[in-house]
Amino acid sequence: MTFTELGIVSAMWNEHCSYKSSKRWLRTLPTTGPRVIQGPGENAGVVDIGDGDCVVFKMESHNHPSYIEPYQGAATGIGGILRDIFTMGARPIASMNALRFGAPDHPKTRHLVSGVVAGIGGYANAFGVPTVGGELEFDERYNGNILVNAFAAGLAKSDAIFTSKAEGVGLPVVYLGAKTGRDGVGGATMASAEFDSTIEEKRPTVQVGDPFTEKCLLEACLELMASGAVIAIQDMGAAGLTCSAVEMGAKGDLGIRLDLDRVPVREADMSAYEMMLSETQERMLMVLRPEKEAQAQAIFRKWGLDFAIVGETTDDQRFSVVHGGETVADLPIRELGDAAPEYDRHWREPGRYTPIVASTVEEPEDYRAALLAVLGAPSQGSARWVWEQYDTMIQGNTVERPGGDAGIVRVEGHPRKALAFTCDVNPRYCEADPYEGGKQAVAECWRNLTAVGADPLAVTDNLNFGDPENPEIMGQLVKAIEGIAEACSWFEFPVVSGNVSLYNQTEGRSIPPTPVIAGVGLVPDWRYAASAGGAKPGDHLVLLGHDGDHLGASAFLRVVQGLDNGPPPSVDLAAEWRNGEFVRSAIRNEQVTACHDLSSGGLAIAMAELALASGIGLTVRLDTETSPLHAQLFGEDQARYLVTVPNDLANFFCMNAEGAGVPFRILGTIGGDALVLEDRFSIPLDELRAAHEDWLPNYMDGNTAPSGN
Amino acid sequence: MKSAVILLPGLNRDRDMIAALTKIAGEPPVTVWQSETEIPDVDLVVVPGGFSYGDYLRAGAIAARMPVLQAVREKAEKGVRVLGVCNGFQILIEAGLLPGALMRNASLRFVCREVRLRIENADTVFTQAYEAGQVLTCPVAHHDGNYIVDKAGLKRLQDDDRIVLRYADGTNPNGSLDDIAGIVNEAGNVLGMMPHPENRIEPAHGGRDGRALFASALDMVAA
Repeated sequence: MTFTELGIVSAMWNEHCSYKSSKRWLRTLPTTGPRVIQGPGENAGVVDIGDGDCVVFKMESHNHPSYIEPYQGAATGIGGILRDIFTMGARPIASMNALRFGAPDHPKTRHLVSGVVAGIGGYANAFGVPTVGGELEFDERYNGNILVNAFAAGLAKSDAIFTSKAEGVGLPVVYLGAKTGRDGVGGATMASAEFDSTIEEKRPTVQVGDPFTEKCLLEACLELMASGAVIAIQDMGAAGLTCSAVEMGAKGDLGIRLDLDRVPVREADMSAYEMMLSETQERMLMVLRPEKEAQAQAIFRKWGLDFAIVGETTDDQRFSVVHGGETVADLPIRELGDAAPEYDRHWREPGRYTPIVASTVEEPEDYRAALLAVLGAPSQGSARWVWEQYDTMIQGNTVERPGGDAGIVRVEGHPRKALAFTCDVNPRYCEADPYEGGKQAVAECWRNLTAVGADPLAVTDNLNFGDPENPEIMGQLVKAIEGIAEACSWFEFPVVSGNVSLYNQTEGRSIPPTPVIAGVGLVPDWRYAASAGGAKPGDHLVLLGHDGDHLGASAFLRVVQGLDNGPPPSVDLAAEWRNGEFVRSAIRNEQVTACHDLSSGGLAIAMAELALASGIGLTVRLDTETSPLHAQLFGEDQARYLVTVPNDLANFFCMNAEGAGVPFRILGTIGGDALVLEDRFSIPLDELRAAHEDWLPNYMDGNTAPSGN
Repeated sequence: MKSAVILLPGLNRDRDMIAALTKIAGEPPVTVWQSETEIPDVDLVVVPGGFSYGDYLRAGAIAARMPVLQAVREKAEKGVRVLGVCNGFQILIEAGLLPGALMRNASLRFVCREVRLRIENADTVFTQAYEAGQVLTCPVAHHDGNYIVDKAGLKRLQDDDRIVLRYADGTNPNGSLDDIAGIVNEAGNVLGMMPHPENRIEPAHGGRDGRALFASALDMVAA
């Protein structure tokens, strides 16, 4: 085997590209449905949204590179996921990112937050896609391995989807975009390894992004696709030229012959190994109709991009590479692609926590202080400092910006239709019980879409775990996938694309299991979408779902009591479905003025966020007959929503809830300028807002003593 | 009235601008590519926002040297209305059509949020549909919007009432001198502004505050 061949096999068979540890389990996920046009296996999933349109979306991690070089690592993460979307013929219309950093007092955290956020903004803003949602969490378990998971969605016509499957023998394989350089050589292999003290030496494996070239590439590709010249297209992402060429050939049952002397290069004397493994960004490989070649070339010249015929399709199912007139690689293509090894790794059933009875958990001395502490905790507070660095309004279709339950973007060309986007997971839940945690991530995603009035359509998953060779970590992966599969099947909420990131561990210390679920929903009429910001004076505040009772693995326990134990709340899928269907129909029938889902921090945080978003106070009474006050306020029980209902509809609304079998409780009324819990406390909105908003900007400016969580 | 939108690689609010002009004027603007040396006979030329040529070298610097900008300059000299928004403003400054410079935001960070904008001068062709002193809500989204000009230049802008838009109610997002958000040239036919009125023209945007700017520039104002 030649050195180049060895590099090619290593690139194709590493964990990042081959999914060899996870494939067996990923197959158990539900991936089909009446609206699914394309499930996993292509660059992104495709889901029908009616009227001949479809939404194309995927989420992908760029964890390892972002830790080594935060700006470029995060920037190229966005660049890669955007390319996955427009490779399929879709114009990107929305993005999100789920970010997880180490403890605020870790010396690297501030630098990483600053670099990652600037990198995402630097790329997405220049490319011109609105960022409409995301997650931000801090936990010392991510000290050595941050998570940067980027989601993008695009719009396409259902009959004009492009894939990587090459067809036809003797057709030109065309290279488009930026010139190949030495950046990112071996990036995918780096991303499949655990970190150790040599991490600084890995910086050259991180790619460098150029959003200007990507924007030109987007416009050129869409023009080229519209011209009818494209037979197959694949972007050069992980493992660059190698992976894209192999995928095109393997999917089409063809061979590919590449002539590296024709590849546009940025520097002289690059070896075949370097050219095959370079991860220079903003490059595409296509198979074009020969008769349209001149037209295609003209489009690329107009946008100032390189265009070169670098090979051809063959009928021998071989992947052969020629450099300097010599054959430097000649390998069977199927074995490289689909037939990569598959492991059935040893795994161990994770242990379970014994349940925590709420009445045995100490009550806080000062409820007012407890609420402010949870509301202002780093992982709970407002991420405004982050998303104000992202262009959230470009394209003119953003109806709901980040900060709410789900972002909403209008569908261009339709008067009323819109899409909703959210991404969710609670790693503490997944750590305590990967199965319930996986289920909960799906349920919360589904609930967030429901809370804005959307019909949940489908999800993409980004599974971030530690070392799969450790049976305990493998057990987390297996059980989390089981939980995700069960919830997705129940909700008919298929997984249409995804990404697995393993080996997120440094010197033996793993991240908590973090399977991020990003969901897309369809809003039939954006004028009737709900948000937490619509409450009006005199409205009734109504809790849908039962009273809070579950404090295990809660934000309250962690922030106020300094404890990290107990099982996560369990998810009753039937109750989720029933309560969600009721909420969605109430929103569409204009029976509620505001809606917010209950999640981390429970009722107390949901009330505070609703009051802040609506810019108006509220007064509630809680009786402690069913459960203690701290459990009612901070319990993280599932299948719950907070809604505000106009006075004249309140009776009607409650009767409907009763009829639908949805538990409800009228908590109080909207009005004033403080959050008031009768007989307990009153917190003025200004104080509430300061607690929610101030920590992150102060921390990033270095003005605040970093706190633990 | 007819309008044209200048297209340069790397601009990305061109589609927003075309959509806004189409919705307000009832017909789409013509588009003019970077290499064109002539602009068709129109009444309004718009240079939209984005990151032309990646903002490499300096925001607007490369764009200002492209053939189509010479054509914009000729139109401006003939008295045709020219509007530059965000990167368009940066380009018009680099092209010498407006005074001053737009530096990196004082925070050194990109900023996207809604700000308050006061109409300081309602007697320009771009603001005639507003009232002087009127305060609007409008989004900004930029990295380099921190306007600066020398003392004499600032005095001229102030004395001639050429500061058309100012950030109001303490919402200056970028450290701009004298809260400057938008200025016109001496003849009053070239307006450069950092905020994005094209993203504030319909209920889905949360309001229609930006609409009157286009209605003014297109002379669609009831007499």
